[in-house]
Amino acid sequence: MSAHSPIRVKTLTIDGRECGAREDQTILEVARENNIFIPTLCNLPGLSNAGACRLCIVEVKGVNKLLPACVTHVSEGMEVTVNSERLAKFRRGILELVFAERNHVCSVCVTNGHCDLQSMALTLGMTHVHFPYRYPRLPVDASHERFVVDHNRCILCSRCVRVCDEIEGAHTWDIMSRGVECRVITDLAQPWGQSESCTGCGKCVQVCPTGALSEKGKSVAEMSKRRQFLPYLTLMREGRR
Amino acid sequence: MQTYVGAPQLPSDDKRWKIVEATARRHGREPHALIETLHTVQECFGYLDENALRFVASVLRVPLSRVYGAATFYHFFTLKPKGRHACVVCTGTACYIKGAPLLLKAIEQRYSIKPGETTPDGELSLLTARCLGSCGLAPAAVMDSAVLGKIAPQDILARIERGIHP
Amino acid sequence: MTIEELRKIAETERAAQKKFQHHVCVCIAAGCLSGGAEHVRDALNKEVAESGMRNEVLVKGVGCMGLCSAGPLVTVETAVETAVNTDVQMFASVTPEDAPEIIRSLDTGGATGGDLAAAGLHPCPTNVPFFERQKKIVLENSGKIDPERIEDYIAHDGYVALVTAITEMTPLEVIDRVKSSGLRGRGGAGYPTGLKWSTVAKTGEQQKYVICNADEGDPGAFMDRAVLESDPHRVLEGMAIAAYAVGAQQGFIYVRAEYPLAVKHLKTAIKQAERMGLLGNSISGTRFSFHIDIRLGAGAFVCGEETALIASIEGKRGTPRPRPPFPAESGLWECPTLINNVETFANVAPIVRHGAEWFARIGTEKSKGTKVFALAGRVQNTGLIEVPMGITLREIIYDIGGGVPDGKQYKAVQTGGPSGGCIPAEHLDSPVDYESLARIGSIMGSGGMIVMDETSCMVDVAKYFMEFCMSESCGKCIPCRAGTQQLHGILEKITAGEATPADVALLEELCELVRHTSLCGLGQSAPNPVVTTLKYFREEYDAHVTGDGCPAGTCGCGAGTRACRAETRLGAPGSQTSGEVTL
Ligand SMILES: Cc1cc2nc3c(=O)[nH]c(=O)nc-3n(C[C@H](O)[C@H](O)[C@H](O)COP(=O)(O)O)c2cc1C
Ligand code: SF4
Ligand code: SF4
Ligand code: SF4
Ligand code: FES
Ligand code: FES
Ligand code: FES
Repeated sequence: MSAHSPIRVKTLTIDGRECGAREDQTILEVARENNIFIPTLCNLPGLSNAGACRLCIVEVKGVNKLLPACVTHVSEGMEVTVNSERLAKFRRGILELVFAERNHVCSVCVTNGHCDLQSMALTLGMTHVHFPYRYPRLPVDASHERFVVDHNRCILCSRCVRVCDEIEGAHTWDIMSRGVECRVITDLAQPWGQSESCTGCGKCVQVCPTGALSEKGKSVAEMSKRRQFLPYLTLMREGRR
Repeated sequence: MQTYVGAPQLPSDDKRWKIVEATARRHGREPHALIETLHTVQECFGYLDENALRFVASVLRVPLSRVYGAATFYHFFTLKPKGRHACVVCTGTACYIKGAPLLLKAIEQRYSIKPGETTPDGELSLLTARCLGSCGLAPAAVMDSAVLGKIAPQDILARIERGIHP
Repeated sequence: MTIEELRKIAETERAAQKKFQHHVCVCIAAGCLSGGAEHVRDALNKEVAESGMRNEVLVKGVGCMGLCSAGPLVTVETAVETAVNTDVQMFASVTPEDAPEIIRSLDTGGATGGDLAAAGLHPCPTNVPFFERQKKIVLENSGKIDPERIEDYIAHDGYVALVTAITEMTPLEVIDRVKSSGLRGRGGAGYPTGLKWSTVAKTGEQQKYVICNADEGDPGAFMDRAVLESDPHRVLEGMAIAAYAVGAQQGFIYVRAEYPLAVKHLKTAIKQAERMGLLGNSISGTRFSFHIDIRLGAGAFVCGEETALIASIEGKRGTPRPRPPFPAESGLWECPTLINNVETFANVAPIVRHGAEWFARIGTEKSKGTKVFALAGRVQNTGLIEVPMGITLREIIYDIGGGVPDGKQYKAVQTGGPSGGCIPAEHLDSPVDYESLARIGSIMGSGGMIVMDETSCMVDVAKYFMEFCMSESCGKCIPCRAGTQQLHGILEKITAGEATPADVALLEELCELVRHTSLCGLGQSAPNPVVTTLKYFREEYDAHVTGDGCPAGTCGCGAGTRACRAETRLGAPGSQTSGEVTL
């Protein structure tokens, strides 16, 4: 595709509603512009997309696979279904899997009431987990002077990894191992407080959707996360380019 | 504290670091050489320790957490030294249905180690592999570098004993 | 290198080989090597030297001959000047002590099987269905040529296709030939190869890459390994032709580190081809340049998935990313990238050499050519086979494979490994082609074919594959990471005899979820072994949950389950595990 070609406009329907879009937009972006809600957990505007949580899956007419809205680009005449019985069931199933995977006891969690995972479960009507809880015994690392990482609450969305790499430029976080053994790590998996690369900026804490990353010394009521810096920083950086 | 600027220091005057550095150099010290370089470290030292991970990170200019993330993602790499002898039992499909679990059970009972573990005296590591390419001879195992085909539990125990105490 | 020069090398090599009256070939590929084939070769060499026959007998190490279960194998070929066909005698289960007898048999010439057996050897007839029902294209040189000598490959028409393509054909003509041959990807999914090539070719002039997927992750298969060990130049030639067709300058072979012999042969082959000007800059004096580098895998099944493989070559964790964009448009370092399987590339040179029609005549309407399978499990003859597409499973298992041994009853054949399914007796007459296998719930896969008899419990087999998927899941997406763990948990419960019918219902529901919502092919196909065993062997699941116990007697008796559990890398729920279990 040549850089000079003018950006073309596409029309598509989302749940029967006609929407106009630029061809470089994703289904999720267009839906948001049109106030159509698509559940997400790993997506955060301003960061790259991982396509990892799978909550944003939608049906597209003529495509036999479900597609993640956060990374699927629009095309002319696309007919997208966001809300269907089947999708709702799948999304609840995914959330149930997350809840059963580690230890999510909201009543004693630092982010109770401010947690994206918790509110997503409420929104999607996930009231019961059909799978046995795995109850892994995972550590809590409070070695950083201002922050805490509690692996029991981590859903491996990789937002912390991406913000630290793409915005802060430190790449302190990454993910180790694979499969169910994955953990977020700082540097060589040493305690966060000993990390040589962490600048202490706190961006990871702010973007974390759950109680996995939190600030010390704050009451539950003060725990709401502040993410307004993200669109701002992204915009400023684009402006400079 | 490790510094990220300037020429990376070899961790010691052990000649093997030069070999590791040569691999990095051959790939222009680019971050994409991470896995190739880790392979060289493992080949030279037998495992990847913290020194090695730091060195590789600094030579290739890759964040520490990325090095650790990759080293633990790939099961070929090991962060702990292996035993003096290694017994690899194939757990590929053909060997599985022809009795590989029984081989593992026998070894686990005799030496009290599970796959991936090493005996406390550092003599024997028990490992598993997915298909050694000798499915025709299932169940198969490798003791040190000798491939053993159609092997029975008592034979593998005898073979291990001979390996450890020649 | 021109066609004439190539012909000359071939002539010289053939003449040099003809000087020897007897050719003794020893299989030194993985299977026979584990039976001590190297010592057999050394003993034969010694014997030849000692009996003063150095000028008459050529002993060479060759690749896999196919009948691995009877190894170590040795063939003896004696050139009879008057006969059209030379006489080939195969020996099975050869030991170094057999060397003198084998060499002695050369003199006697017309020794019968009986004479040879009387001499303590194990003559192995080659006019049996195991050999006669096969059709060899990919393996045509395997077991015949010395994989470490480019001259031997050239003497068998090697590199003629490459030189012809770049000197006499346009890239478009090459693509058209591959397209009309009907060749489809042998890595599993069966995507039309020509179509993939033309997508990459159409991306215009820019940096492009060709990648050979030699990660072969199916835990019971070794087709690609055999091809790389036995005939590495064939793969290099296929890659170079592909590179010319799509306009790439650089190639990578991503090969498992667990295949040291394949890596060694590839390295040697690349060096030899470069020295002869068949790889490198300005090949055959044209403007076409192509370099090939090797990248080692490091023990991750998911790296067979193309986007994960690309991430791995880029030095990262091998986690897949959503497609589109497909690698053909944006792959390695975001450049257009052609990824094909080893066997796919191995088919290319013969197609260019013999023409598309020749290839298209073999196989079925939609699946052309042949397929290599690693036949293993509860079957008489195990080893490596190449069959025309469209052959039935029954022909493979009973004619070529010689049926189920020990008077046991056939139960199922598993194709496609952890992404495939178990096929029951009622579908044994199903032809082997992409569509037919998909119709009965399995897949062609990369070529693993494991036969199971009544002693295998189908729930246990499903659990085995689920354990594999769980420990190989990259962990990026929730449905696969957490879903395979839950699926495995339910299957453990069933095999332990602790489950209820409700658990089986949950199992089915979860299969649907994981299949439809996972990010990559690993998660999407992980439920397949469960789904097919539920479909064809439901009564076995029922028996486990209604208290009747395991029909095969594998589970519940303790031995099976406990050992499998120990093998599980995860341990019991809640246990801490170390991250560094390795080979
Ligand atoms: C989990 C997973 C594992 C795979 N493993 C392999 C493999 O080991 N070898 C291979 O050639 N293709 C493998 N594939 C298929 C590749 O992604 C890709 O489709 C193939 O290499 C394309 O080559 P082809 O068109 O020649 O078949 C795998 C796919 C998935 C999803
Ligand atoms: S505080 Fe800032 S630098 Fe430290 S890990 Fe978090 S995002 Fe990275
Ligand atoms: S720590 Fe938070 S942001 Fe990071 S992966 Fe876990 S849940 Fe996501
Ligand atoms: S399906 Fe499994 S292997 Fe594929 S991306 Fe998701 S977690 Fe990784
Ligand atoms: S938001 Fe799209 S996959 Fe997570
Ligand atoms: S399955 Fe064990 S060698 Fe192939
Ligand atoms: S390895 Fe020798 S015949 Fe297959």
